Amino acid sequence: MSLIKAVKRFKKGVLDENPIFSQAVALCPVLAVTTSITNGIGLGLATLAVLTASCLVVCALRRFIPTQVRIPCFIVISATFTTIVRLLMEAFLPSLNEALGIFIPLIVANCIVLARMESFAAKQPPVMVLFDSAGMGLGFTGALAIIGVVREILGLGTMFGITVMPEAFPRATIMIMPAGGFFALGFIIAGLSAFKKRRA
Amino acid sequence: MEFIMVFMSAALVNNFVLTRSLGICPFIGVSKRMDTSIGMSVAVTVVMVVSSVITHLLYNFVLVPLGVTFLYIVVFVLVIACLVQFVEMHLKKYSPPLYKSLGIFLPLITTNCAVLAVVLLNVELFYDSLALAVTHAFGAAAGFALALVLFTGIRERLEYADIPKPFRGLPIAMITAGLMSIAFWGFTGL
Repeated sequence: MSLIKAVKRFKKGVLDENPIFSQAVALCPVLAVTTSITNGIGLGLATLAVLTASCLVVCALRRFIPTQVRIPCFIVISATFTTIVRLLMEAFLPSLNEALGIFIPLIVANCIVLARMESFAAKQPPVMVLFDSAGMGLGFTGALAIIGVVREILGLGTMFGITVMPEAFPRATIMIMPAGGFFALGFIIAGLSAFKKRRA
Repeated sequence: MEFIMVFMSAALVNNFVLTRSLGICPFIGVSKRMDTSIGMSVAVTVVMVVSSVITHLLYNFVLVPLGVTFLYIVVFVLVIACLVQFVEMHLKKYSPPLYKSLGIFLPLITTNCAVLAVVLLNVELFYDSLALAVTHAFGAAAGFALALVLFTGIRERLEYADIPKPFRGLPIAMITAGLMSIAFWGFTGL
């Protein structure tokens, strides 16, 4: 029974309550790093790791964290895991770490992390928390990957750095500029809302 | 001369909102009315400049001598969170009208990634000069304010435009921001 509920929670995070496309939170990293699919997925997975680990710790400590000072406690927990992820990436994935730059330390200021800790992890049992943060993290990663695909194909004609479009396909460099991020996200959200209206 | 370069670079060429894609949440969130966007700009400026000073001193005189520079993320986030609390308490006591007009935006600054980004970039770029770090923070805040106020002006007019249904709200705001970003791209040669 509780497993069914947990799986439903997971699906909600990935689809119905997708952090980017439905809730439109944490847009800064989305716009900044999705110039390529690899960068998008890389930041998505790093965020997933920080989110899951810190939500589980918050869940385990929820009885010991005083309500009045919970926000600073949450921030210290997520900052700790962000530091761990940053050090691991510096050691094992130096080129990705270089490409993502300050957006790795900025995971700590990601609204999704604080919002899930505050609204879910501090109140629910651990299994639900695990599925919730995994769902939200994967929903975030998926959204970053989709925007990355759109921008990389239109801007460079490549996927994962491999050329997939013919020479004659015009490369719109604007799509890998900062402006392209705004355009891609605006059109994707508009398309999704048109699609939802038609189905309803 | 160097100070003007750093200021202009942070405010226009590398505009935090439109070129670096930072601080998008308040940019979208408080840009519906002019008075709130001006209030937000002032609050962000104060927090950015003061936190640059504090983090610079902490980094150079505490973290470096102790050899624990890897803790900078934890330290900086806590500094900003505490600072926002102090600013809030101070305003509540000494300037109630300003506190009232900024009220709800103050706590939001803690999760404003533009503020954290300023102090992180300070460590990377200007770790040896407090004056340059502060100039950089002022430039970043000016750029944030400029982008936010211009964007609010456009959005106030968009209210009366006839926009296709799926594009209403966030999508048209994103596309507007994209067009502004192209305009700011023109500063690249500066």
